[in-house]
Amino acid sequence: MSNIVNIEYNRVTNTTSTDFPGFSKDGDNAWDVQKFRDNFDINISSINERDANFDLVHIYTSLANAFRRIMMSEVPSVAAEYVYFMNNTSVIQDEVLAHRIGLVPLKIDPDMLTWVDKTLSEEEKFTDENTVVLSLNVKCTRNPDAPKDCTDPRILYKNAHVYARDLKFEPQGKQKETFADRPVVPCDPEILLAKLRPGQEISLRVHCILGVGGDHAKFSPVSTASYRLLPQINIIQPITGDSAKRFQSCFPKGVIDINGEGEAVVADARKDTVSREVLRHEEFEGKVQLGRVRDHFIFNVESTGAMTPEEIFFKSVRILKNKAEYLKNCPIGQS
Amino acid sequence: MSVQDKKVTSDSEDVDMTKDETVNTAEQIKENVKEAEEEDDEEEEEEDQIDREKIKILPQATSEDGTCASFQILEEDHTLGNPLRYIIMKNPQVEFAGYSIPHPSENLLNLRIQTYGEITAVEALQKGLDDLMALCDVVEQKFTDEIKQL
Repeated sequence: MSNIVNIEYNRVTNTTSTDFPGFSKDGDNAWDVQKFRDNFDINISSINERDANFDLVHIYTSLANAFRRIMMSEVPSVAAEYVYFMNNTSVIQDEVLAHRIGLVPLKIDPDMLTWVDKTLSEEEKFTDENTVVLSLNVKCTRNPDAPKDCTDPRILYKNAHVYARDLKFEPQGKQKETFADRPVVPCDPEILLAKLRPGQEISLRVHCILGVGGDHAKFSPVSTASYRLLPQINIIQPITGDSAKRFQSCFPKGVIDINGEGEAVVADARKDTVSREVLRHEEFEGKVQLGRVRDHFIFNVESTGAMTPEEIFFKSVRILKNKAEYLKNCPIGQS
Repeated sequence: MSVQDKKVTSDSEDVDMTKDETVNTAEQIKENVKEAEEEDDEEEEEEDQIDREKIKILPQATSEDGTCASFQILEEDHTLGNPLRYIIMKNPQVEFAGYSIPHPSENLLNLRIQTYGEITAVEALQKGLDDLMALCDVVEQKFTDEIKQL
């Protein structure tokens, strides 16, 4: 069976993988690490601090999906979990502000902290090993130097807008040394937390701890982690002349080229969004076949900024391996 | 006997308290409660740091020779279930492998394995887990190589 998922006018066919022993005469399809090592391929298209785009080729959907799921909900990261309000006379309520602070991504390497034991009492729970403390102390005042006819609150008042960068890191105990070369800051300093008017003030302390995205989205190290299958366009009969131009306009820019003889050729199927526009036109009926390669996954991973995308992917692979290892070491009980 | 039983329980509680921090609280509490309930069934031998509740065999759905079996795994979902199912299916000695999550509000997974009779279901499961670990190693190694080449 081919490994192409066929995309037709109103249906998708050949979606299930059949690469199991006993399914077909050709190839035994049994699991073989060496075979997998020879076939499996990774191509990195782009990678930087914040996002990455890479292909996993010749891997199984269940695995690709497991990595995606783990990246989103099981790779640990640090976020604000407890907010202690000393004073809040702003119009934004305590619980709403606390929630907003929780969602601010922080530049902390999760490996620097250990897990908080939630069974301990409030006094023993937080230590310099498992908690990062931030504080926010802002008071809004009038700006005496503001021009008379000014209406912009940012000029009229001082501290009218409270941003994520106003969260100040307070190193506890040995954190003075351990965090010396990378003090804790928000990944995006420009996030607006609250707006104030003269006389209003906010004073609070935040405890940031380790967590996983499955418990709360604020602990997810990725903004998005997604994959799509590589599109494939098969031109069965030549399409030429004006028809080729119309054919080209059915696809996003750069997907279809027109060669010297005026014939439409596929330039870059990867750029296609598989909108199926081409299948709506009678003139192309039977001339083109759309599909997706079932075992070619184009991953897109966007980090929130605490870790690099490749680190997040590495961790997801290790977490899956640990899950298997942990389960293997558990004795099988009888119920 | 009952004195010994009690000792075993309290010991295992101690172990739980000092357990690796990655184990989450709910799990620990659940374990402690269950241990208290099943005090009588408690094995006499003390095993350190072992999660006895994680996986169990479902006897109603298991054949006597062990070639067909259903397992119940706690605190796992599609993330582990689907790859595991896939890799067990790739074993030529396995006739059937499938998993299900019986109810979305219960954090557990049922896994069914039937073999052709050459190996037991438990062996198929162990091989599946080994294969899955080997696969993860290959992925990690290839990705490392690729990153180095950049």
